[in-house]
Amino acid sequence: MKISVVITLKRDVLDPQGKVIHQTLYGMGFEGINEIRQGKYFEIDTKENDKKKAEAKVDEMCKKLLANLVIEDFKIIR
Amino acid sequence: MHSSVITFPGSNCDRDMDVALKKFGFKNRMVWHDDVELPKSDLVVLPGGFSYGDYLRCGSMASKSKIMKSILNFAQGGGKVMGVCNGFQILVESGLLPGVLLRNKYLEFICKNVFVKINNKDNSYFKDDKKDIYELHIAHNEGNYFCSKEQIKEINDNNQIALFYSDKNGNINEQSNPNGSLQNIAGIFNKQKNVLGMMPHPERMIDPALSGEDGSIFFENLINNLR
Repeated sequence: MKISVVITLKRDVLDPQGKVIHQTLYGMGFEGINEIRQGKYFEIDTKENDKKKAEAKVDEMCKKLLANLVIEDFKIIR
Repeated sequence: MHSSVITFPGSNCDRDMDVALKKFGFKNRMVWHDDVELPKSDLVVLPGGFSYGDYLRCGSMASKSKIMKSILNFAQGGGKVMGVCNGFQILVESGLLPGVLLRNKYLEFICKNVFVKINNKDNSYFKDDKKDIYELHIAHNEGNYFCSKEQIKEINDNNQIALFYSDKNGNINEQSNPNGSLQNIAGIFNKQKNVLGMMPHPERMIDPALSGEDGSIFFENLINNLR
């Protein structure tokens, strides 16, 4: 079963990379952007077939390694 | 005094640290990250470098390596653990120190000498230090210290800030903050003050002919305090 995870910086954490991407896009003519926040995306192909169990495992992986909860939020998506 | 320097895949300041510790009287041993047991140590040092190529987040992989279990036990029992640069990043990822080190504010790798002011001398690392301000070298891309509002309150309440970035006179302000660190933090302790993490490299300042002597003052004082 494949499970995806998106990790984003918390709202109150400065994202300088997102800011630079925003500025660059603006310079290229993409106006009208309010803000850009950069994040991470993971695809986890797990041997677990039970959806609930698989998600619980991925939740644990996020808390223990994939995300740093001081600065990041994670969202499990199917 | 026995010390152990941990080598992770991608550590590159481990041998410099070994030279520095030996120069000031430590009997140092190099310990591989995949080892399980920590040799008898009065001080454990996590060196600088780019462990695991800084994949995922700096220090995140190294903080889960086999030797870290022994280091967590050692630290929880009051053992002295010091992390420099990438070692500091590993300590925050392991949970031994609060907060996290973000990408430098202006997105540049910073490699230069800076001044740091010692904030708290009531601990084994800086007790009786004859200096208040060190000139030390920094070389990092992720040194921008950050933590939650609750954490910074707790850090200040417990006097856990070890070093501030300052100017040469000890003024702590935005101009002397190289990387955007919260409150100019360059190094912090855990609550018990037996674990220290700092971004500057004292091991690069142990020879007046090559760099400077402020690292020598730090290591000499440290070994005297541990004796």
